[in-house]
Amino acid sequence: MSGEELKIKIIQLLPSATFEEGGEFLNINVEAKDWLAFAKQLRNEEALFFDYLFCLTCIDWNTHLTMVYHLTSTKFRHNIVVKIKLDRNNPEIESVSQIWRTADFHEREVYEMFGVNFLNHPDLRLLILPDGWEGKNPMRKDFEDPVNMIKL
Amino acid sequence: MYRENEIMDGIADEKARREADETGDLIINMGPQHPATHGVLHLVVTLNGETIKKVEPHLGYIHRSIEKMCESLTYRQFIYVTSRMDYLSAHINNHACALCVEKGLQLEIPERAQVIRVLMDELTRIASHELWWGAMAMDLGAFTPFFHAFRERETINDIMEETCGARLTMNYMVPGGVMADIHPNFQKRVKDFLILYKRKIKEYDELVTGNIIFQNRMKGVGYLSAEDAISYGCTGPTARGSGVSCDIRKLYPYEVYNKLSFDEILETEGDSFARYMVRLREMNESIKIIEQLIDNIPEGDFQAKTKAVLKLPKGEFYTRVETARGELGVYIVSEGGMTPYRIKFRSPGFSNLSALDHMARGSKLGDLVAMMGTLDLVIPDIDR
Amino acid sequence: MWSFHNIANFVNDWLSQTFNPTLVTIIEMVIVGVCVIGLFAVLGLVLVIMERKVSAWIQIRLGPNRVGPKGMFQSLADTLKLLVKEGMTPSGADKFLFNLAPYIAMMVAMLLMAPLAFAKNFQMWDMNIGVLYITAISSVSVISVLIAGWSSNNKYSLMGAMRAGAQIVSYELSAGLSILSVIVLTGSLNINKIVLSQADGWWIFKGHIPVIIAFVIFIIAVTAETNRAPFDLAEAESELTAGFHTEYSGMKFALFFLAEYVNVFIVCAIGATLFLGGWMPFHIGNWQGFNHVMDFIPSSIWFFGKTFFLIFLIMWFRWTFPRLRIDQLLNLEWKYLLPISMFNILLITAMAIGGWYF
Repeated sequence: MSGEELKIKIIQLLPSATFEEGGEFLNINVEAKDWLAFAKQLRNEEALFFDYLFCLTCIDWNTHLTMVYHLTSTKFRHNIVVKIKLDRNNPEIESVSQIWRTADFHEREVYEMFGVNFLNHPDLRLLILPDGWEGKNPMRKDFEDPVNMIKL
Repeated sequence: MYRENEIMDGIADEKARREADETGDLIINMGPQHPATHGVLHLVVTLNGETIKKVEPHLGYIHRSIEKMCESLTYRQFIYVTSRMDYLSAHINNHACALCVEKGLQLEIPERAQVIRVLMDELTRIASHELWWGAMAMDLGAFTPFFHAFRERETINDIMEETCGARLTMNYMVPGGVMADIHPNFQKRVKDFLILYKRKIKEYDELVTGNIIFQNRMKGVGYLSAEDAISYGCTGPTARGSGVSCDIRKLYPYEVYNKLSFDEILETEGDSFARYMVRLREMNESIKIIEQLIDNIPEGDFQAKTKAVLKLPKGEFYTRVETARGELGVYIVSEGGMTPYRIKFRSPGFSNLSALDHMARGSKLGDLVAMMGTLDLVIPDIDR
Repeated sequence: MWSFHNIANFVNDWLSQTFNPTLVTIIEMVIVGVCVIGLFAVLGLVLVIMERKVSAWIQIRLGPNRVGPKGMFQSLADTLKLLVKEGMTPSGADKFLFNLAPYIAMMVAMLLMAPLAFAKNFQMWDMNIGVLYITAISSVSVISVLIAGWSSNNKYSLMGAMRAGAQIVSYELSAGLSILSVIVLTGSLNINKIVLSQADGWWIFKGHIPVIIAFVIFIIAVTAETNRAPFDLAEAESELTAGFHTEYSGMKFALFFLAEYVNVFIVCAIGATLFLGGWMPFHIGNWQGFNHVMDFIPSSIWFFGKTFFLIFLIMWFRWTFPRLRIDQLLNLEWKYLLPISMFNILLITAMAIGGWYF
């Protein structure tokens, strides 16, 4: 499916979605509360069939956090990027690890690095960081560690 | 919630101890110092006798936060940090980063540079698979293949050393091309390597592939269905062993890959042996690519003209390349400055590892080691 | 002609003339004890350097080449290092059993040397139940492995020990049955008589295909019994780090290590004695001239030559094959080797009764 067709299809599924021009992939902005239902539709809709979540990450914009999901379909080979704005002080979003199981590890990574709280995640705890790093969120822009960090 | 300290002491608390006593489970720590984890991977394995009930990876022993580090490095500098991620395919990591920067700058790369890059990528892939082959045989208890694999790998390292000046972390790619022109001996030595390789590859089959013990250990073990492989985000030979077509070189060709004739290796069994065969056959495909290119390196510049200070326009750039382990994605968010605002490496090993628990449940402890071998885990690639 | 037999007789005669009979027995026992300890150490060192050289040769590398000529003193230097190393006992371990285990392993290996016929008329103890003695004593070695694994207070060790237990107990069956096949043919448990019965040809040639099958099963079974690759599941360094001796260091580890190599020597010596004629030179039926020429080679050379050939074979296995899985290991024994050797021994019994062998 081409970009325009995808746009039409996605508007049908989620009228509140907005699109962002530029970039090689189709960027879709979604509200956090719509995400789980929308994700299920993306995965299960026959014409879309986004079965492969190939990148899941988060960006700290100082004012807010943005979750970025890169999705592709192994059947149709079309790609989309879903972006979800989150409140920086209390970031919460539904987990998609039941839909794409790769999200399990990636969400745990985002949880410890950015402090995003994934609701209904099966096993949300630190994956990479050692004990005692809960709530420190080292990948956020305002993280300071005078001992271990070297400023260039 | 993270119970690492307690796990290190034995079994977490009284409740967990009672539970383990009642069910007769044995919780063992494989790693961070363990011969089969090829680095500092820490697996907490719950066993019932010899049968695996759960595998829980604990990562981060070699986490250097490369993503955070890159945020304070310029677009020329950050490429070299990525050699330390998947150190066995350092060239390909650098390549992915260089491609992403070039995409942002909309740079046109001279054809000579493209061909050299592809040649280097494929040589790296062969070297990486050679090491995997030896290490995997060692996981299964056969020591000799390791030395046979290293015999050929050394030849590639010598070629790399001559042209790039380094044997493992080559740092040869720069935005706009490659750092230096190839060494005058390069073509001759690669051709010598091709002859050597074709003579020696038969030994691999004789020594390991045809061995009945080896086949019994590999066949029907660590099954991963195509749906699961996609759902777990597995890429590279791990997914292709399950019949998922995911070769980035074919699906989203970069550089000169679309002009080359090579096959994407697919096996449909989805077990350890299928993954093994994919990697083994993939080496032959890499040889095919090298053969097509080695005599046809076009004349011209090896580097495009670039500014001294690179500044990417505001926006987001995503490139993916096929490393020896699977799909490596580089996601750069730029604010228009000299350094990336946010960078994300979607490393293949991280996703491949997440499928390990699913694959290992119900099989024997010895098989876990074999499965880890066929996943071809490189720990710095997982931790980044 | 120079031989071990003459030396032993000379020493015995001299002692008998000099001392009273009781003292002679005591002195001879001391001499034998010292010889066994010496042989134990020398064999360990020789086999370790042999293994390293063989593996280096198979793996296209040089192997040890720094200490002494061509690195021949490497294992001596290693032993020295292990001797001065601190022998640590983990705090959670059962200290008595932990320290006892390596000595059991060593003692078993030493005891097994008693009935071996190293050369013509050269034996420490020519007992009439030699083979039975060997099978009985060798099964004690599993106890040392189990003690070591259990007392270490380490889960890897425990798993290694349990694997070793399951493995050794099951493979003893087919090893025992293949030993039995030669006993059926000779009708004697005495090692010396078994060797003498092969004066007109070794059993592996005389006994047709059934004895060859028994020999192959014997080699497989003893490889498993001595915990050598491809049956080294008790150690399985890629799965269990080092299995039952994970917690051992220094000389206690070295004792396990030496005992393993001496055990390899002993099982190969038994194999050579039973199937390849022990110290008996290569004889063919009634070819008197040929047999006479063969007799010129000293019997000790025949014995050690055959034994080291079998040791080389076992080393070759180790550096070629990958390791089996525990269930495959037990399947191999209980589903294949044991039924085959059961049937085989019936065949051999029929052969022995009918006299259908050369």
